[in-house]
Amino acid sequence: MNAIEITGLRKAFGDEEVLRGIDLTVAAGEVVCVIGPSGSGKSTLLRCVNVLEEPTAGTILVNGAEITDPDADLDALRRGIGMVFQQFNLFPHLTALENVMVAPMKVLRRSRDDAERIARDHLARVGLADRADAFPRRLSGGQQQRVAIARALAMGPDVMLFDEPTSALDPELVGDVLGVMRKLAEAGMTMLVVTHEMSFAREVADRVVFLDGGVIVESGPAAQVIAEPRMPRTREFLARVLDPASAVDPGRASDSSADSGTGPGKD
Amino acid sequence: MATGPTTALRAGAARRRRRRLVRGAEYAVFAAVIAALAVLADWGSLRTNFFNTDVIGGLFPDIITVGLRNTVLYTAIGFVLGLAAGLLIALMRLSSVLPYRWFAVAYVEVFRGLPALLIFIFVGVGVPLAFPGTNLPGGVYGQAGLALALVSAAYMAETIRAGIEAVPRGQMEAARSLGMSHGRAMRTIIIPQALRTVIPPLTNELVLLFKDSSLALFIGVSLGQRELAKFGQDLASEKGNTTPIVVAGLCYLLITIPLGHLARRLETRRRGEAR
Ligand SMILES: Nc1ncnc2c1ncn2[C@@H]1O[C@H](COP(=O)(O)OP(=O)(O)OP(=O)(O)O)[C@@H](O)[C@H]1O
Ligand SMILES: [Mg+2]
Repeated sequence: MNAIEITGLRKAFGDEEVLRGIDLTVAAGEVVCVIGPSGSGKSTLLRCVNVLEEPTAGTILVNGAEITDPDADLDALRRGIGMVFQQFNLFPHLTALENVMVAPMKVLRRSRDDAERIARDHLARVGLADRADAFPRRLSGGQQQRVAIARALAMGPDVMLFDEPTSALDPELVGDVLGVMRKLAEAGMTMLVVTHEMSFAREVADRVVFLDGGVIVESGPAAQVIAEPRMPRTREFLARVLDPASAVDPGRASDSSADSGTGPGKD
Repeated sequence: MATGPTTALRAGAARRRRRRLVRGAEYAVFAAVIAALAVLADWGSLRTNFFNTDVIGGLFPDIITVGLRNTVLYTAIGFVLGLAAGLLIALMRLSSVLPYRWFAVAYVEVFRGLPALLIFIFVGVGVPLAFPGTNLPGGVYGQAGLALALVSAAYMAETIRAGIEAVPRGQMEAARSLGMSHGRAMRTIIIPQALRTVIPPLTNELVLLFKDSSLALFIGVSLGQRELAKFGQDLASEKGNTTPIVVAGLCYLLITIPLGHLARRLETRRRGEAR
């Protein structure tokens, strides 16, 4: 079964059409990475999937239920969709443990003991059992993001959405978060991940989708899209991402550098 | 050309000298005024009328057990009611329901624009007329509390609204993404954070309320319901002496100055935490 089924998705902010007809399906257990330049609509696409943004047109099915249906019980459907934000968005007035406990208690009506047991379990899985009582501002960015992942997982979602989960992190903290995501993928979680981490996409993703200007320009197996992109725009984008130092002077023609980034750039 | 820097230097020195002169003149005038007041004042009369130890002795313990007690009670009731109403109005102001927003805006405009005294008179006179036969629970305590709540709710609503709006948007989004309803997210995630940030301004509001509670005397209070100001006034006219007013004033300062300091301390601490 398809975990996510997006058909004809459009989203406009006022006159500005940010998503211009997106069709995308994610099978259960599949990991799909969305890549694309800044402003191409990646976050908007992800936020439409759990209707943090209301689509202008199109339908989205999550686990077979149409979340874009005006009569859909959004709160109930969102329980099955975990989301991890670029800026973590932990609740600063709650400890790490409470951050993970709060939704199971208040939304799923679990008892405090139950919620705490589950929360500790999830914190342990992201390697933070010993920081359970710390408030977010006492945690590093990488630790905060792992708490945020545990918080989403504690609701027992079938699908996880990640919006550039490592972009706000110091480089040495990226690995911990990616490690947690890799384990999650191996455990069979369905994941839709917006990321600039090409090595993660290549190694973990089943498919990579390249988004530009609000449309899917190219989509295919991760290794193919990243190593042998078909479309010139994909090639150009990958060249810039994989080897930022070699980027041409923006004032000069860009076609000459398009091929230099197509090799498997190792970071 | 070559003389430029020297002229500038000289001009600077002149300016410094002139500033010193002006400062000296200011001090001189200030000291002269103080000295004149000290000489002109009738110290004997001042002491008997303002710091009369006999009168002071007669004030205690009632000024504390009646006056200060009632002041604290009126303030506490007014603050709690006002906070609840203020929170409600703030939420109405932020609601997507248009009539709620209108009501909230109108309330804030009206009650911020009226003198507190008028509201006390209104509650004292108007409420019994508008709802004849009804007695506010708590009698005068209820009335004074209601009046103070009406006044403070408008200010607190604006403060709390600002506090809620200052909570980053990502907090609501994170809460909603976990399946919380809007109301649930407000209650467990947004409002607790907002209230934390508005504790310092609300403490200042408490200081204002503490002073405004003196207006309770316009409601018509019995002997045992007198708060500090009324108590001081009554004893002042009874004894023909200003000392009770001075002592009542000191009682206010005993509370307001530490509270004001506390508000500033909380504010600095909050800023430290925000970093
Ligand atoms: N709430 C909003 N109101 C108006 N315009 C918006 C809103 N959210 C996004 N946009 C616009 O939509 C476009 C796409 O934004 P989006 O955040 O989806 O891009 P992105 O691909 O995630 O970029 P980035 O890599 O920088 O995160 C941008 O031009 C942005 O200005
Ligand atoms: Mg984005």
